[in-house]
Amino acid sequence: MNKIENLSYFPGCSLATTAKENNASLKLFLNHFGMELNEIDDWNCCGSSSTHSINSKLALSLAARNLFLAPPNRQLLIACPGCFLRLSHAKMELNGSKEKQTQYETHFDRSYNKNLELIHFFELLAKMSEKGLFENLTGRLNGLKIAPYYGCMLARPPRMNKEKNHYGLIEKTMSTLGGESVRWPFLSSCCGTFLSVSKPMIAEKLVNRIMKGAIQSGAECIVTACAMCHLNLEIRCRPENRLPIFHFSEVLSLALEGGASKDWFKRHLINPAPLLEQRQLIPCQKIKNNGFFR
Amino acid sequence: METMILDKTAQDFVDQVEELSHSNLRRCLHCLTCSGGCPLADDMDVLPNGIIRMIQFGMKEQALSCSTIWLCVGCNTCSMECPNAVDMAAIMDALRQIAILENAKIAEPGVLSFHNAVVDSISRYGRTHKLEIMMRYKFAEKDLFSDIDLGLKMLSKRKLDLLPSKVKDKKSIQSLFEMAGDPS
Repeated sequence: MNKIENLSYFPGCSLATTAKENNASLKLFLNHFGMELNEIDDWNCCGSSSTHSINSKLALSLAARNLFLAPPNRQLLIACPGCFLRLSHAKMELNGSKEKQTQYETHFDRSYNKNLELIHFFELLAKMSEKGLFENLTGRLNGLKIAPYYGCMLARPPRMNKEKNHYGLIEKTMSTLGGESVRWPFLSSCCGTFLSVSKPMIAEKLVNRIMKGAIQSGAECIVTACAMCHLNLEIRCRPENRLPIFHFSEVLSLALEGGASKDWFKRHLINPAPLLEQRQLIPCQKIKNNGFFR
Repeated sequence: METMILDKTAQDFVDQVEELSHSNLRRCLHCLTCSGGCPLADDMDVLPNGIIRMIQFGMKEQALSCSTIWLCVGCNTCSMECPNAVDMAAIMDALRQIAILENAKIAEPGVLSFHNAVVDSISRYGRTHKLEIMMRYKFAEKDLFSDIDLGLKMLSKRKLDLLPSKVKDKKSIQSLFEMAGDPS
């Protein structure tokens, strides 16, 4: 594991605030395997969906500041699929233009590292799985039936279509850990993202189509790797379509002995406790800092 | 049927969109893959591929004032599925930015108001502060009471932090906003 023991880490705004349970479970899971995450000092918002919608230059600048802040000698782990896309997009733009590189080098008064390696949580998991790190965890999820939900995280613009794509990773990891993935049609269907605020009726329609699809497929829960999707599915779901939603990192931590904290699940708007009890996946009452680091 | 005269203006608009989106509109085959796969298509007034046609026909005012460009959330499903590598999501970004820059009629002002609230939050804290974004958006839209139950529930679950997570070096964020200037 020598190459990925020590990583730089970009949590992003959601994981730092609304999805603290996503952040805590991810850190706890990786720490279990001896990985240390070093949060980039003073990171800023990646720009989110809004900035590139209304100002491309600002979107590049915000993402670029993080690339310039990241120490050059370490891989930069990004957990949020949205942040990963924004930062990768900025890297592509900078690597493609000497002029822009120079402009930002002057602005930040630092040299640009065009070889900075951005690594999504999925890629790290794929590497860990290849190394056989999950072999001791087989069967731990007691047959939990999950609907793997990628949302739009597998989609990317044509200029980036040669980048790695981890389609099937949730299913593969879940089956190693003893979970069972259902086949269903909405695994990469958009949750509506920010329309949840300004056009709630539209978001509600998209979310309930996804939730209904998961229920019809026989899933007991949905597993997502995006904090935004997690929030939208929970807040825009109608009562009749409720099904527990887990962050991928929470389910991974549930597979560790005493690895998941009750406090993470208390933050869910759709209570997953009855399902966890039914599958005898019991989170811990007491965990160091409740699993919330910082 | 009304006759349309395609003149130089059409090419100007095509050039403007192509430059901003780094995409070639002539590659569009109108196969409808983008429109068929778009999760928001049901609610759009013009289908995504129709927007390309409008740009090519020089229907600038209509293209900039349709709801489509604001309902697009940039999920990239269209861009990924396009068999001819047209970056539809980038074209939508370009159209939104041109619409703002040229004071076009905004079909979905609420969506723009939300984007502004997010960018405003980033300018103040360097990060997004969800509670404040929601409050500012609700005030701007004079819509204080819808979702109030939801807001309270999120607060009780500690999903919404009262205080923002902030960048320490505020000046560096300000300088990025100064450098970027107006949308373009």
